[in-house]
Parts: sequence; structure tokens; C-alpha cells
Amino acid sequence: MNTQQATQAIEEVLGQVAPDADLSALAPDADLRDSLELDSLDFLSFIEGLSKRVGQRIDEDEYQKLATLASASAFIAGRG
Amino acid sequence: MPALGADMDEGTLLEWLVKPGDEVHKGEVIAVVDTDKAAIEVESFAPGTIERLIVNPGETIPVGTLLATIAEPMAGQVAGKKQRAAGKKAAAAGKPMTPRKARRERTAEPAEPAHLEAGSPLVRHLAEELGVDLERVHGTGHGGAITRADVTLAAATPAPQPGKPTPPRTAAAALARQRVTPIARRLAAELGVDLSGVTGSGPDGAVREADVRRAAEIPAVPRQAPRPAGAVSPAQARLLATRQVTARLMARSKREIPHYYLSDTIDLTRAMAWMHDRNRELAVTERIVPAALLLKAAAVAALRVPALNGFWLDDQFSPGGRVHLGVAISLRGGGLVTPAVHDAADLPPLELMNRLRDLVTRARAGRLRGSELTDATITVTNLGDQGVELVYGVIYPPQVALVGFGKVVERPVAVDGMVGVRPVVVATLAADHRATDGFTGARFLTTMSDLLQRPEEM
Repeated sequence: MNTQQATQAIEEVLGQVAPDADLSALAPDADLRDSLELDSLDFLSFIEGLSKRVGQRIDEDEYQKLATLASASAFIAGRG
Repeated sequence: MPALGADMDEGTLLEWLVKPGDEVHKGEVIAVVDTDKAAIEVESFAPGTIERLIVNPGETIPVGTLLATIAEPMAGQVAGKKQRAAGKKAAAAGKPMTPRKARRERTAEPAEPAHLEAGSPLVRHLAEELGVDLERVHGTGHGGAITRADVTLAAATPAPQPGKPTPPRTAAAALARQRVTPIARRLAAELGVDLSGVTGSGPDGAVREADVRRAAEIPAVPRQAPRPAGAVSPAQARLLATRQVTARLMARSKREIPHYYLSDTIDLTRAMAWMHDRNRELAVTERIVPAALLLKAAAVAALRVPALNGFWLDDQFSPGGRVHLGVAISLRGGGLVTPAVHDAADLPPLELMNRLRDLVTRARAGRLRGSELTDATITVTNLGDQGVELVYGVIYPPQVALVGFGKVVERPVAVDGMVGVRPVVVATLAADHRATDGFTGARFLTTMSDLLQRPEEM
């Protein structure tokens, strides 16, 4: 999966978790939780959805790598 | 029309989910009612057969008005059937049903686990796999719970095809069936967009804000006649109404309830370490967040300090018995609801968290059940990790206590003469001084702290 595909997958899952969010206005380096007002349960739903969508296990220690759109895309793409 | 909140005066019937002749059991969802705050599912007060639907979708009626009549279930063919009205108690009493009355009714008949209708995680998982919408599934399990067999059956039954003619529905009913986010609904009212003509781009075809904006730009969509200057749009009226409900309730709380406040900083080192260890081994669907442990601790503490779990009614304390934990949920786009997780003290943290997720999802989609909004015996406000360190709440009348959690933060803490950095949370308690004194309140907070030092036992 390349970075572009990863970004697309992430945006798709974010759209499910926060249907009202305007993802086109989301800066790549903005904190996802802050910008989209995700609480801890929303964020867990995001991890759950993303893990399923890309078919990769995401451990709790790795949550911090999913803080922004840019870091999350790099993380997902970097794992194959 | 039952009172679905402490300050509800009237409601609009959006949709009937039953028709005359249908068998219903106690706790089954029979109608959807729009209140100042959200669309709420109304449950049947009694088992029986629906006789007559009196109120039509779209009608706004005061609390206490008869919605429908239900014939009592009959053993064989006994003549002279008695009529029993849904909402009979509220109608007869001529005033909104208080939580105490609701509770008395529950003690008279064994309570049905209405919350099970949402389906166990197993059932929800199966439904997701098979693409079955649980809201359309009729539960045949205990208390109307949806079983795996119900889901399998629903998956095998073809859904109505768009090409086939469907019976005409009222606009209100169509609106209720369509999945629309609350923001989109408000915006549609504001822009004069007919939602039935809008195709949703969200999950399950949910209509989102962007869809409404797009629809509003297409000139073919008939726009409402311009409003006279100074008039308030429906959307603004709705926001205003939500604000007014909260305003009345909170003003009543501060006017009537002599609050006292306590706080305690709880060391979460063990709880967090236990949680991370646990989560490390598990799939993401089995993982929990700190809020699950905090809510569980609050529920168990309420069970152990029962003087804080219940209601202040007629100048005396009325114990809540079981712990129905109200959780403050902020709605996207503004507004606050506090639905209850039933029997929260008995649930393992993971199950408690899944119930909470389910409540949050339904609260935001505007699909809460009446019992969830009236049952809470104590309420928790949890600012989560986006919040601040400390919150002193305002008690939700007629309850007698409100528990507040700030965000979990790392702070220098002195332990055994050494300073270390540890995760802590500030827990607060706002309690009704008519019902309890500070000593009892302090016992509640120390009980919570003790519980959180032994997370494996929760």
C-alpha cells in the first residue's frame, strides 16, 4: 500500500467515525483528535476500523503514530 | 406521551413502529417521538395487542396525552377485554412521570432488560457481517433481545426492493426512517431542503451535512419562501429549545439543590499499567480505554455508598437500588444528553464500554430509548482526553450526586519520600446536601480510588 492509498483508507475510516467532519479542510499535520473532536471511544473506533480496512494489527503502543493524517499515512504505508 | 426528560412538556410523534393488531411486549420500542433534544424511541409500558393508534405522525401533543390503546394479553378467548393505554399512568396522573414512578412500576413487574434490544456484541458482530440493520430486526429472545437466530433470519429475508411499490408513508415517517445526522437535519430545516429527496453519502446511506449543502445548491430543489425579516428559522428554534431545556433544568438544580463539592486526585499507575498489559494481548475490538475503568469504579462505588445513588423526592431520599449510570454525552453541533447505562455496576469494563459506545452512537444519530433518558440514578461527566483537569458538575434533578472526571494527566507525585511522574485523574463529586453530608461523599471518592488500585478485580 502506498502513501496515497493509505491516506485514502484513513480518510474513509475517519468519514465513518465522524460523518460530519470536513476532511478536505483537515491539515496533514493537524492532530486528528483535536481537529475532529474525537473522544477516546471515537479514536478506538477509528483504530478498529482502520485495522480492519488495511488488514493490519495496530497495537496500543502504536496509537501515537496515528496522531495526524500525515504520520498515520506514513505508518500504514511503511508497513506494507 | 411519556415525559422523556425531567423538563419535557410536549413531543412530536415522528413514526409508529407498530400497527393495530400487532403483539407487543413490555419494553418493546413502539414509536419514535421527537423532543426538544432528540428523536427518542418510546417503549411499551405493558404487554398486549395494539388496538388503536390515536395520535398521527407529525402531531405535537402535550405530555400525558393518550398515544394509543393496548389490549391486555388474554388467556384463551375471554370476553370483555380490558383496555390498557400506553402511557396510562402518565395520562391518569395528569403530570409527567417522575423517575420514582417509573421505578415503582418496574418494581411491580420484573424489569425487562430493554438494553439487550441493541443486541449483544456477538449479535452485533454477526449483523455487521451479514449486513443486517439491527433496528429492523424483531427480537425473539428474553425481553425482546435480538438473538443470533433473529439476525440470520433477517439476513435471509429479502429487504424491500426500491423498484417495488411501497405503501405510501407520511413525510414525517419517511424522515424518521432515513438516516440523517443531527447537523444535517438542522441544516436541511434551515436551508429549506426536503430530506426525502437527498441521497446520503455517509455510511449506510446516512445523509450528512455536505449532502444537504449540495442539495441546497441545486436550483431544482424547491426553496421555501423567504421568511419575513426577524423570524426565527426552525433550526434556530431547535437550538434555542435545546438550550432552554438545559437552562430550565440547570436553573432548577441550582435553585433547589444545596450542592456540596469534594475532589480527590486518584493515582492511576496500577490501573493504566493493568489496562496496557491487558490491551497489548488483545485484538482492538477487545481493548478498553481509561474511561471504562473510571465509569466502572463510579458505578461500583455508587452501589457501595447507596446514599448517593437515587433521588430526592417529596422532601426525602428515595434510593435508586440498582445503579443506572447516566453519562453526559455532548452532541456534535451542540447540546447535551445524559442517557443511562443500565445496571452498570454488574458489567465488566469491556461490556460497560461497549454499551457506552452504543449509547454515544445512538445519541448522536438521535436514536435513544425513553427508558435510557429517564432511568439514571447517578450521573457521570467525563471530560476525556480532550478536556481539562477538573470538572465540578451540576446535579441532574432529582438525582442527588454527580461524579466528574477530568482528563488523565501525568503529574509529579510523592510516593515513599520520592517524587515520581505518575498518571493521575482528578475525580470530583457534587452532591445534594439535603440527602448526604460530606462524610458520605468522601467515602464515595475514597471507594472509587481504592477500586482503581485493584483494577483486575473490577
